[in-house]
Amino acid sequence: MRRLSAMWPCFGRALRRLHQRHSKVIAKAVCAHSSSRAFTDRCYDGLYPGHISTTPIQKALLAVGSGVAALQDPYRHDMVAVLGETTGHLALINLRNRMRNDPEGYTILIERPRIRLSTLDLSKMASLPDGSFGKEYLRFLEDNHVTPDSRVDVKFVDDEELAYVMQRYREVHDLLHTLLGMPTNMLGEVAVKWFEAAQTGLPMCALGAVLGPLRLNTRRLQKLVTSLGPWALKNGRQARCVLSIFYERRWEQSLEDLRQELNIEPPPLMLSASNKSSS
Amino acid sequence: MRVRPVKMAASVRQWARRVIRLSHTNITGASGGLSVRFDRCSAGSYCRCFGDAAEGKQTHFGFETVPEAEKAKRVYKVFENVAQKYDVMNDAMSLGIHRLWKDKLLHVMCPQPGARLLDVAGGTGDIAFRFLEYIRFQQERQRRRETRAVETPSWQELSTNYSTEDEDGPRESKAVVCDINKEMLKVGKQKADSMGLVSGLSWVVGDAEELPFDDEQFDIYTIAFGIRNVTRIDQALQEARRVLKPGGRFMCLEFSKVTNPVLASLYDAYSFQMIPILGEVIAGDWKSYQYLVESIRKFPDQERFKEMIEDAGFYCVQYHNLTGGVVALHSGFKL
Repeated sequence: MRRLSAMWPCFGRALRRLHQRHSKVIAKAVCAHSSSRAFTDRCYDGLYPGHISTTPIQKALLAVGSGVAALQDPYRHDMVAVLGETTGHLALINLRNRMRNDPEGYTILIERPRIRLSTLDLSKMASLPDGSFGKEYLRFLEDNHVTPDSRVDVKFVDDEELAYVMQRYREVHDLLHTLLGMPTNMLGEVAVKWFEAAQTGLPMCALGAVLGPLRLNTRRLQKLVTSLGPWALKNGRQARCVLSIFYERRWEQSLEDLRQELNIEPPPLMLSASNKSSS
Repeated sequence: MRVRPVKMAASVRQWARRVIRLSHTNITGASGGLSVRFDRCSAGSYCRCFGDAAEGKQTHFGFETVPEAEKAKRVYKVFENVAQKYDVMNDAMSLGIHRLWKDKLLHVMCPQPGARLLDVAGGTGDIAFRFLEYIRFQQERQRRRETRAVETPSWQELSTNYSTEDEDGPRESKAVVCDINKEMLKVGKQKADSMGLVSGLSWVVGDAEELPFDDEQFDIYTIAFGIRNVTRIDQALQEARRVLKPGGRFMCLEFSKVTNPVLASLYDAYSFQMIPILGEVIAGDWKSYQYLVESIRKFPDQERFKEMIEDAGFYCVQYHNLTGGVVALHSGFKL
């Protein structure tokens, strides 16, 4: 009986501490958010525009939730993006170090180029000869009806430089399609994911590489397993870090030349964008 | 020249009174000409930060401070973004309990057939649908009682019943759903069509601070989980009083202060940790749900809101706490 009565003050103190901690969290949120600056779209809290700071528990919940949502509906690119951000911390550090050790990669980290329609000179690229990297990239965008502006912004990476690395990885994805000669249908995407998984080590890519083939029909699965897959893995391992290339300054370079420089073999199978039926 | 001591004492007294008045100025009171700046609005108490006349009045948008003119625009954008997933998110965030809260509102309201309802910020129509179903249920029950009461009607009585049914029937109940956001109304209309609820329901775009209705039109005014998004709550309350008939009832469902400290801690943790994540995963929008959670903390507590309703001229103002104070149901009458 005496022990019980001694417990209650301790319990009360613990409750009070918990309540104080929560009030501090909320008070901190109040201090962080309340500002008398006029709101514009450009002003932001956090380390970079669009950054949302999250606790480790929140990141874990986001990873699980976004994983489930992405599996249910693979067209939810924002969920794939969130999965990549919440699970890719170590892989991003690894990528950033590889970029730092490469002279061209280091330049990219300093200059921070962004691949957007507004930064591309489309008319100049269209006037380039066939077989040049810029021309082939433009052809890829037209054939597959995609645009470089559809990439989701990074939100949950808690380091400004790593957030840029993540953003660069997303923007380079389309260029990878061009380099590897893969269209944006399911088989092409899975092949690119296998390459990316081998190159970057991002868990999201690995997950996509494992679960993507489940949505392929037998004929395509056979193509993947017998020729495309092994080629993608081998080249992913042996190729130079694809994030370390300053693509914006290499539009005039021939595609074959660029592939050789990056140590990427041409694809064993030619897939056309017209193979865009659902698997 | 020496100033007379009496005059000096009077001026000193005047100065002292001004100082005391300034120091006691309640920031919630309207005071023309005073510019009082507060850097931090304490969470939990309704406060309006007055800026200089040049900047315009400031108010809160979640935990941010924004000019008043800005708030309405930003709230509009939030609900435009969340409209499609609004109902799904409500179920996910409250684990379906929001349905019980709305059922309780109807239960307390106990509308009679023939009543006219105005549901402000009614968006996706949850309250209006419940209202119509409740009325229909009451009418069915009444009709069944009437037929049971008349044991063996003669042919004469039956024929008179049939002929007078259409002409002299009870007044048709009507529900008007009013919302400032067209996207929310669109979703509500689609729901109504799929449920087959067409008659007795209308959808109107309107601002709670300036309702597009004449005076004394409605028997019941409801606003469920909408009043905390209104920029000037006192104005919305005055409009509510204007459009209600004498004897009409004002009812408001809104998130409020949890009294139990254990529940409050759990509720805060759930709100700030879990709800934005649900928003991101289900609706792809973290920031809107962050705003929603923050706006709950900025809304006045039960007693303070009751005072505001009384200030607007309502009588017999009461509130019921639901789910330990997570939601409060306020009710007042226009007499």
